[in-house]
Order: sequence, then structure tokens, then C-alpha cells
Amino acid sequence: MLFTSYGFILFMAVLLGVYYIFPKKYQWTLLLVASYFFYAFSGIENFAFIIFTTLSCFFVARVIEKRKVREDEYVALNKESLSKEERKAYRAKEKKKRFYILILGLLLNFGILAVLKYTAFAVKNLNSALALFGADKLTVPDLIIPLGLSFFVFQSTGYLIDVYRGKTFAEKNIARLALFVSFFPQLAQGPISRHSDLAAELYTPHPFSAKSLKFGLQRVLWGYFKKLVIADRVLVAIKSLLGDTSSYTGAYVALLIILYSIEIYADFTGGIDITIGIAEAMGIRLKENFNHPFSSRSTKEYWNRWHITMGSWFTDYVFYPLSFSRLMMKLSTWSRAKLGNAVGKRLPVYIATSVTWFLTGLWHGAAWNFIVWGMLNCLVILVSQELEPLYRRFREKFPRLTASYGYHCFEATRTFLLMGLIRSLDCYANVPLSFRMWGSMLTTFNYKSCFSGGILDLGLEIKDYVIIALAVAVVAVVAKLSEKRDIREWLLGKTALSWTLSAAILIAIILFGAYSIGYDASQFIYTQF
Amino acid sequence: MKKKILVSIAALLLLVLTLGLLQALVVPKYITNPEGLLTGEYYADAGGHDVIFVGDCEAYESVVPSVLWKEYGITSYVRGGAQQLVWHSYYLLEETFKYESPKAVVFNVYALKYGEPQSEAYNRMTFDNMKWSGAKVKGIVASMTEDESFIEYVFPLLRYHSRITELEKDDFKYWFKSPEDVSDNGYLMKTGVRPMPESDPITDPPEELLPDSSLEYLDKMRELCKENGCELILMKAPTNPRGYWWYDEWDKQITEYANEHSLSYYNFIPYANEMGIDWQTDTYDEGLHLNVYGAEKFTSFLGALLSESHAIPSHKDDADTLSRWNTYLEEYENKKKQMEDTDK
Repeated sequence: MLFTSYGFILFMAVLLGVYYIFPKKYQWTLLLVASYFFYAFSGIENFAFIIFTTLSCFFVARVIEKRKVREDEYVALNKESLSKEERKAYRAKEKKKRFYILILGLLLNFGILAVLKYTAFAVKNLNSALALFGADKLTVPDLIIPLGLSFFVFQSTGYLIDVYRGKTFAEKNIARLALFVSFFPQLAQGPISRHSDLAAELYTPHPFSAKSLKFGLQRVLWGYFKKLVIADRVLVAIKSLLGDTSSYTGAYVALLIILYSIEIYADFTGGIDITIGIAEAMGIRLKENFNHPFSSRSTKEYWNRWHITMGSWFTDYVFYPLSFSRLMMKLSTWSRAKLGNAVGKRLPVYIATSVTWFLTGLWHGAAWNFIVWGMLNCLVILVSQELEPLYRRFREKFPRLTASYGYHCFEATRTFLLMGLIRSLDCYANVPLSFRMWGSMLTTFNYKSCFSGGILDLGLEIKDYVIIALAVAVVAVVAKLSEKRDIREWLLGKTALSWTLSAAILIAIILFGAYSIGYDASQFIYTQF
Repeated sequence: MKKKILVSIAALLLLVLTLGLLQALVVPKYITNPEGLLTGEYYADAGGHDVIFVGDCEAYESVVPSVLWKEYGITSYVRGGAQQLVWHSYYLLEETFKYESPKAVVFNVYALKYGEPQSEAYNRMTFDNMKWSGAKVKGIVASMTEDESFIEYVFPLLRYHSRITELEKDDFKYWFKSPEDVSDNGYLMKTGVRPMPESDPITDPPEELLPDSSLEYLDKMRELCKENGCELILMKAPTNPRGYWWYDEWDKQITEYANEHSLSYYNFIPYANEMGIDWQTDTYDEGLHLNVYGAEKFTSFLGALLSESHAIPSHKDDADTLSRWNTYLEEYENKKKQMEDTDK
């Protein structure tokens, strides 16, 4: 059930109506039923996977927590009879056992992800290798990838690790955990929530709040505006540009980079607005996933503002554990001794950063495009890090210039274009083609023909570009205003203005949205990740 | 608080009003495709017809109610529509029986060749101007193609919203008023002439027989007529005699169906000569459809059958009916003359 389908809107309207007349204590059970109902639309066969994740995480977390409780009880009971060393040794032994249980839980869940999402990719690469030796090719399996697999596996494994680390508790009621894993608004494209944040929100009774409902619906409207008026309209041109890569080179690649940046922003932030808005309308607060990413002045800042919950997942569960692992500590000591302090201290950070970005790329998709995308992001971040002293000196030498609004705009534009360039790897069929297309921007000088009329051959007319430009301008103004204040809070006492703006957005969606016959009903981009 | 509620209610009403106005603006006015107006024109004259014709373009371009009146005193209406499929016909008929009790329903069988919903455009032409009723709801559900949504029939603004950037003068002209009637009791007049070229008849058999799904609706139509005490007559309007327009195999199927259920079935294609139809002058599109000259000849022939073999009475003795139908006839003749003048 697409968020943009009439069926989903009807589903939400009915759910919201029932939600607030339902006994408060059991609202969460209604959400579980609604989540499973929503998930059923993606295919009944997909249930096997989400139920497996729920069951495995439930039992593994319970066992980890029980063992920890038993360990604490044992230590407390034998505080007098055991020496400090014995207690320490006992705790270390128990921790190791819990760790193995955690690893089992992680392997089970990442195993599903790996098999379903990456087997075909692995077999294709294996076939390429076999072809070098003239061996027969293996059959590439065509496995189903359940809706939201990457998201619910990451959220669930995050829960397991947090239980292991003692940062959250193990759910005693499997139905509650089932809701945490399957909460429908965030199932398809995140945000990736932490159990310590979401559990209380999900299970606490939520009495009717006109403010929450209003704020939620306003956020949903804003999400639909971005998705339907901008993203799905721009998509038409993007499809044309990707449909004929032999013709659309040079300036058209530059155009694609800009259009795809606009599309993915409107699509993903729009989808997250709908997700957060739906939850908010039910009184449930979800973590923000974006913080004005296109105003970022550096790549590092960009990644702190874009897909925040994914970034923090990789930071907390991959980067830090890897950076502070025993292996990395040893490597650090070794590299400092052998390579000197300057290089030695960087090596472990570089390795941890590279592994994190490799996995981030792989998480986005089973293709070399995504891996190269991840590694290029890594490269830019590391190079920027190395150049930081240079930047600092420049800022010190030209303090007025670098503090000016114009310079900030320059930095934001540079980051936008650089990220856009790397992001265009999502679009082209493979890495060599992407690189060829990038190269063509310097060798094919068709900029005049592209921007003087060529853009009208891409399935969009002038009126479409006008609609896109106006809508983007509205989004940019709202983004700028919301950096200073919460617009919905500001509108709270201004009933007439609030209604006028909401109605204007609704009318704009209805009139200028790219939906119904004539437009392909487009899935949200991040759903495929 | 009270003020807030009042402002909210006012804002909601204003929003609904705005959306209503926008919907009225963007829905197609069917000025260049007048077939889309046919369904809606019925309501002004609903009731008092002895014969109702249903079917596709062959119905509304072949049968002239004014001629039936003029020559036989028969009151009739053509509830036809462009590519009106059998389920369209069925639900229009179901609705018609709510307004009147005709003595006979004549169904043009050509559209029986379609067993599946075909095109959104034709669904729209049938249903956009149909009044809301159970028949309309069932008709839409039965007719929708895969891409269509029921909600877009309820709120056409959702379907036609993209027309906001393509509005024409007529959209503003007919924003708050209906276009003038385009038909004469459901007959859509065409005065042009495009002769049928010489060609050999096609003797290959059809790719498929008439599908069961459409024959099931024919069954339902038969039952509906029976429940309403009305005779169902099947006809195939005269068209280009080349095979693909009505294959012998389909003809045989319908003949057997009619015999099995004691219905009258008339395939008028072989009788074109007898009616006096000249395929050089009586068609506007090379024999696919009749123009007004052919339609008048055919209607004259049909009227004799209806009056003699099916006892459809003349109402020329009824003063009210006479006055009403003479007005229709006058309007019809004026329009014909006007169109002929324009053609010149």
C-alpha cells in the first residue's frame, strides 16, 4: 500500500478515527493490528520474515537480559565469598556468553538480510570471476525482498545490541516487540528508531490532542506536497534522461545531477514528513531524520543532517565498536610505532571510516554503484578532514570573507553539487557508465542546446518546470524560515492564517500533484533500499 | 475558543467551496467530444418513451427517434454511448427503469465482442454525466480499467486536476452552466459524407467468439427487462458489410441465443439494400457508421418492424405527446438544415 495511494489515505482516516475512541490502554494493540494489515498489502509471504525477526529478537534479547539479571544476582549473593578478581572473571565470562548469544541473534537477522538482498549480487560477481576461467555460470536466484527489510532488520538488531549494552530493556510481551519491529509508518523507509526512544511512545496511552492531530496532519500535507508536486513530477524527466544515456550526455548529466538531487530530497524528506506526521497525529513522536541537509557547508555536516537515524546507527553500532575494538587498538599501537604518530593515529580511523562507509553503501543496495558511492563519500570526508588545517588557515586569513553569507552560500552550493555528483551513481546502470557520464560533462559541450530547448524533450513542458520551480522555492523558503522557528508553533494562535496555508497546500497538492492516470504511481525511493 | 471553532468551520466551508468550484472548472465539458454529454441529456426528457435503445455508437448514430415519431408515432430515446459496453448498457437500463416503463428495449449487439473493460475515456463518457444512484456505482465498479479509482469518479477533481494548466475558453464558458443539448432524444446527428471504398468482404473467422462475460450481462439485461415487463429486442445496425464489423460466427451465436430465449434478433446488415442505404452517400466514415441520410432510412425500416411485429403503438392521438414530439421533430429538422448549410 503506497503512502500516495487512495487506499492508504482511507486506511489512515479510518485508523485515526478508531485510534482515539479505542480504550487508551490498548491503543498499541490497534497499532499492531494496523501495522500487520498494512504489511499484508506488501505480500502475505513477507510475514514470515518480519515474524522471524520479531521472534528471534524477542528470545535473544530475553535470554541476554535474563543472563545479565542472573549474573547480577549471583554476584550480589556471593559478594562476600568471591574476591574482586573472581567477580571480575565471572562477569567477563558471563559477558562473553551474552556476547555469543548476541552474535547469534545478529547473525540470524543479518543472515536473512544477506541472503535475500545480497545473494543475487554475490552470484553475479562470482559468475564474472568464473567467466575468467571459462567455467559455467551459476543461476542467479530471484529472491523476494520483503518490504522494509533493511529498515526493520537494522531497527531490531539495534534493539538487540542496546539490550546487550544495557541501554534498553528486553520486552517481556512479544506483541509489544512485534509493534516496535513493524510500526507501519516507518516500516518502509524509516526513520530507524531506537527502542529506548520509541518503546515508551508506542505503548503509552495517547489521549486525543487537537494540537498533535493538527500538527501531524499539517506535516503529512507538507510531505505529500514535496512528494507529489515536486518529486513525482521531476521523476518524469529523470526517467527520460536515464532512458537514453547515449544521447543524454554532457549538460544533460549536469541536469540529471540537479534534478535527481531535487527529486530524492523531495521524495525522501516528503516520505519522512508523512511518516512522522502520521505518528504525530496519533500522539507518537519519532526522531527527525533530516535537518536542512542542503544548507550543509561540508560533506561531514551534510551527513550529520541527511538520513540522521541511519548515520547514527552506523556510528553507534559499526564505527565506534570497530574503532574501539581490541583489534583496532592493537593496530593503532602497531601503526604508531611503525609508521609514526602522524600516520599511525590516522590508520585505524581511516579503516573504521572505510568499513563504515562500505557497509553504508552496501546497505543502500546490492550493487557496485552503491559500494562505490559509499567509498567516494568516505574519500571526500577523509580528504576534507585532511584539508581541515588548510581551511582553518584560510578562515583565519580571511575572516570577513569566510563569515559572509555569500561564502556560506558558496560552500553550501559546492557541497550540494559534490553530493549530487556522487549521488548520481544511484541512477546509472553501472559504475563505468556513471564515470563515462561524469566525464562527458567535460567533453560534450551541449549546454546551450540542452538549456535552450533540450529540456523540453524530457517529458516535461514549460508549465511543469514552472510548477517545479515554484514548489522548490516554497520548500526553500519554508526550510529557511523553519531554521529560525517552528512554523507550526508560530501558527498555533493564528487560526485563520494556519487554515489558509494548510488549505493552500492541500489545493496545490490536488491541482499540481503528479498523480492519477497519466502519471506512474511512484514508490518512494528509499523503500527500495 | 469559540472564535477558533467558528473560524475553523468557516475555513472548512470555504475550502469545500473552493474545491467544488475548481472541480466544476476542470471537469471536461465535452464540447469537442459531444458523446460525453449523451448520458446526461436523458434526464431532462426522462419518462414517457415506449422504446429505449441502448448500445454503442451504432445505436446513437443509426436510430433517429424523431423519424420514428414522424412516421410511426413511436416515442423513443437512445441511451447510447461511445463504445458503450454491455455492462454500461445494462446499468444505464437499470437506471432508466427507475424513470420510466418502456414497452421495448432495443439493444445493439456489436459491443458484445468486448468481454473486458476497455478504456477509461469511454467509461468517463458514460458515467461522468450520469446521476448518482446504485446503478451508477455498480456500473463504475463493473467498468473500471486497472488504472482507474472509484474515488476519482466521486471526486472528478482528483482525475482531471492536471487540466488546470490546459484550460480552454469552453471550460470557463460552461463553468456554471451546462452545454446546450447535442442530441435529438439521444441521436447524434452527422451530416457529412465519406463513401465506402470498394473492397472484398473478409471471410476469415473472428479471432474470438463473443465472450461469456459479455453474454452474462446480456442474460442480466434479459432478466431486467423481464422483471420490468418489457420486451428485449436485439439488433445489429447496418454497417460496412465487410466481415470484421460483424462476423457470421458472432451472428450465429446471437441467433442461437435469441432462439433459446425467445427473443427477436435482427441483423440489419444484409437488409441495407432493401432499406435503400447507399454506401456511397449514407455514411460519414466509409461505412463504419451511418450519416443522417442513412440513419433516417434505417429508422424508417426499423419503425415498421417495431410497429408491425412488436405492436409498439402510435401516440399521435395523444395531444400532449403530439405537441411535445412535434416540437422535437421541428428542432431535429432545423438542426439538420443548419448542419447541411454549414457543410455547404
